[in-house]
Amino acid sequence: MSKYLSRVYTFLVFLFLYAPIAVLIFFSFNNSRYRGQWDGFSLRWYKELLDDRIIVQAFYNTITIAILTTIVATVLGTIAAIGLSNIKGVKKKVIMNLNYMPVVSPDILIGISLMILFIFSNIRLGYVSLLLAHITFCTPYVILSVLPKITQLNKYLFEAALDLGATPWQAIRKVILPQIMPGIFTGGLLAFTLSLDDFVVSFFTTGSGINTLPIAIYSMAKRGINPKINAVSTILFVVVLVLLIIVNKRTNTEKKEEGVN
Amino acid sequence: MKKNYLAYPYILWLFAFILIPLFLVLFYSVSSKDSSMLTLDNYKRFFDPIYIQVFVRSVNLSLIATLICLVIGYPVAWIIANMEPAKRNFWVLLFVVPMWMNFLLRTYAWMTILENTGIINTLLEKFGFQSLNLIYNSQAVVLGMVYNFLPFMVFPIYSILVKIDKNLLEAAQDLGADKKSVFMKVIFPLSLPGVLSGAIMTFMPAVSTFAISRLLGGGKVTLIGNVIEQQFLLVNDWYFGSALSIIMMGFILIFVYILRKVEKDDEERSIF
Repeated sequence: MSKYLSRVYTFLVFLFLYAPIAVLIFFSFNNSRYRGQWDGFSLRWYKELLDDRIIVQAFYNTITIAILTTIVATVLGTIAAIGLSNIKGVKKKVIMNLNYMPVVSPDILIGISLMILFIFSNIRLGYVSLLLAHITFCTPYVILSVLPKITQLNKYLFEAALDLGATPWQAIRKVILPQIMPGIFTGGLLAFTLSLDDFVVSFFTTGSGINTLPIAIYSMAKRGINPKINAVSTILFVVVLVLLIIVNKRTNTEKKEEGVN
Repeated sequence: MKKNYLAYPYILWLFAFILIPLFLVLFYSVSSKDSSMLTLDNYKRFFDPIYIQVFVRSVNLSLIATLICLVIGYPVAWIIANMEPAKRNFWVLLFVVPMWMNFLLRTYAWMTILENTGIINTLLEKFGFQSLNLIYNSQAVVLGMVYNFLPFMVFPIYSILVKIDKNLLEAAQDLGADKKSVFMKVIFPLSLPGVLSGAIMTFMPAVSTFAISRLLGGGKVTLIGNVIEQQFLLVNDWYFGSALSIIMMGFILIFVYILRKVEKDDEERSIF
């Protein structure tokens, strides 16, 4: 009885989670503008989506900002984490607490504080300010994923490399970096998805004319129902699903390889 | 390896893009357009009944959403935690997939369902019932919060429940506890840290949101986030907007502090 009950309950919760998404996907193929009526299968909204210059441009901005953010945040964060692993005491505590700020504060606070900074220091709101903002809230996650890997390292590893004749740079590149690579990879992946997904911080730090996909979606949704959003959702849902399956497979094979070793 | 200087560029970045901006918010909150003197006028303005009402509404709706998330989410966490390990990951993944969609899309999905010409109302009319006003009210906003933030409640609880030693439950049963007291006296107290961090992770984005209330409240349900957004993007009153942000942040910190205290008190009690 209780097993039956818990099955029904799980089913209901997952229905609650997935029904709205299923509805979105279903009606993205509807020929009619109105959700109540099914007017036959059509790819009309997908075509209109591709013809929409604003959305295509917003999509382009979202992707390029996410890629640039990932590169800068991963490099900046990894280098910082290597340096931070040597800093101890109060100094480290202060830095780590500052680093936690974007992680624990509400997005709106990060958004308005950066907006004030950019206007205050005459940085024009637009693509560059968006990029700076994204790097700011993504880098902390890189540090949080890389730093533990560095502290786990054997601290004599670096010295051993030097004793065996490596220059410090070689020791970092050939000994340290390969060891902390999983952390760097996780951090980079986090930075990429956070940047792609961000709405609130971008909303406050962008200027006229520069949209990201979430901002474009928000301004469309604010005006009411728009079947083009259904089409966007369907595309993104499929992309997310494929990405998750790939990442899952990857981690599974990694686990298996570790098991063999 | 003495490579402290490698951290310096990022320390500089932290100062420029985290510390200074937060100080600017703090500074604006005690400044005014008209004079160069520091003032508390922006904070006084908050005590206008209009803003107090908005604030009470924000806290109220977020607390309700947090509570609903707990009531719905706890059993889910429990059910998944009690599955066979091989199955668990699959179900957790199933829980993650919707979360990877942007929250605006997830909120928009409910617009298409609740709307006056939306799915529920079309179905109601088809079967001869009168259509209902389901959207643009505070219930719709709470629904949006619950839908968006439910996973934030489930994951912390799940990650604690999954680690609870099953021997403890058997020991409690051997010692004569019935199912109810095993849950109330063993499982729930052990899972309390998960419940508390789940509550924080649900309450914080809920109380500071402006997009969910705008889309599902349609401008009729104004929350503190909406007022802050308006101050910065519409009215251009950074002074009052900053003060409101500081007040909101202060309230979140109080909420976190109270929850942490609950946890601590519980630890102290459990010693005896």
